[in-house]
Amino acid sequence: MKRHLISTGDLTRDDALLILDTAEELARVSERSIKKLPTLRGRTVVNLFYEDSTRTRISFEAAAKRLSADVINFSARGSSVSKGESLKDTALTLEAMGADAVVIRHGASGAPHRLATWVRGSVVNAGDGTHEHPTQALLDAFSIRRRLGRLEGLKVAIVGDVLHSRVARSNVLLLHTLGAEVTLVAPPTLLPVAVETWPCQISYDFDAVLPKADVVMMLRVQLERMNAAYFPSAREYSRRYGLDRDRFARLHDDAVVMHPGPMNRGMEISAEVADSARSTVVEQVANGVTVRMAVLYLLLGGSEPAIGGAE
Amino acid sequence: MVTFFMSDARNQARAVLEGPDIHRALTRIAHEILERTRGAESVVLIGIPTRGATLARRIAGRIAQFEGIEVPVGAIDVTMYRDDLRLRPARPLGRTELPPDGVDGRTVVLVDDVLYSGRTVRAALDALNDVGRPRAVQLATLVDRGHRELPIRADYVGKNLPTSKSEKVKVFLEETDGRDAVVLIKEDGR
Repeated sequence: MKRHLISTGDLTRDDALLILDTAEELARVSERSIKKLPTLRGRTVVNLFYEDSTRTRISFEAAAKRLSADVINFSARGSSVSKGESLKDTALTLEAMGADAVVIRHGASGAPHRLATWVRGSVVNAGDGTHEHPTQALLDAFSIRRRLGRLEGLKVAIVGDVLHSRVARSNVLLLHTLGAEVTLVAPPTLLPVAVETWPCQISYDFDAVLPKADVVMMLRVQLERMNAAYFPSAREYSRRYGLDRDRFARLHDDAVVMHPGPMNRGMEISAEVADSARSTVVEQVANGVTVRMAVLYLLLGGSEPAIGGAE
Repeated sequence: MVTFFMSDARNQARAVLEGPDIHRALTRIAHEILERTRGAESVVLIGIPTRGATLARRIAGRIAQFEGIEVPVGAIDVTMYRDDLRLRPARPLGRTELPPDGVDGRTVVLVDDVLYSGRTVRAALDALNDVGRPRAVQLATLVDRGHRELPIRADYVGKNLPTSKSEKVKVFLEETDGRDAVVLIKEDGR
């Protein structure tokens, strides 16, 4: 039975469109004065966060609460995990507390996949290592569709630290499923092994890709994950792969600029570009809650989930 | 009356209302609404998607035709408020579209195609509660087929249709289905 959301690769085109269409209707709820729906009353959603995260955790928490689910927040710091409890034992504890869904953020790629074999409830991947972050990709696709009206045939450039990015992989898989043409732009040192097997094109030259792009998605340079020299200096990176005012001016008029946040202003994106009217950075946050509501509703709202990967 | 035979030999379908019948029923409902609300004063028509919303628009069209007043029309999706969500897989949501002035202090006429258990209407009342505070809520339905499970009654009924629980009532409308008809489907296998 389909009941987890681990990878955007598990979503069919119909699944993905169902999530986006559901989110579109739910967006109207966020505009009214009473933003709560009774749909998940009596269901429990556990936020299990092994890595620091503010926006994703708050976003999932807001989404679950707007659907009237009970939310338990569990962060590894200051918990029994710091005493050495294994993921499996933590999972079984949550299971015993009656979690209907576990939203997990973990530093190890594949942790949500393992977790899914141990718990009865639905597992939602909120970012695992350098693997995937499916709800981020869904909210990106949703934001693009809201701005440009479609996804089919759009040219999307994903620029920057692809190697450490779970957002990039999830986006490539999802946008490909939805009919967009994705180009990854990065220095060779910041592309993962086997990237040529991904359903996208690869370029080392941002300036060549720039004029054709409908969407430019800037990735955060994940300095905290960089334990080797991937590029000579921050300044050189910024010169070649940063979106500054000059590059911004070369985009065509309808193109939008995205960033999953948190941003390193002045590094991969200049402050001016981040704050421009064509940047979707702030909308992406609002859309995040809506899209996560859609995912939780479709996984937990019925007798069985309406989307997700067979696991 | 025309009899349809569906492809499945076990199911027998009979049209109980045809296009002109539906037309007359909606015309009567429009007149009744005008009568009972003193010329549709502060009335808002809210349909339950999909077909209730279509019917609400048609009734508003009739009222505009008879009295020359534009009654605000909207739709409210009740999926997230249903009490039977967990009996079936999660389903796609319908569209909620409220008139710009909302429902506060208005007389809301809820419009649905078929009134059966009353559970959809209960869900609609809950949904309405979250978007505002109407002065009064009334209910219009094209077909009332009985078998209520909740204390709910329609104020405006197109046709009272005695049915058995094993039967199904299906409403077809031009806008969504290409033709106007209310069809009663008997499942002989039962």
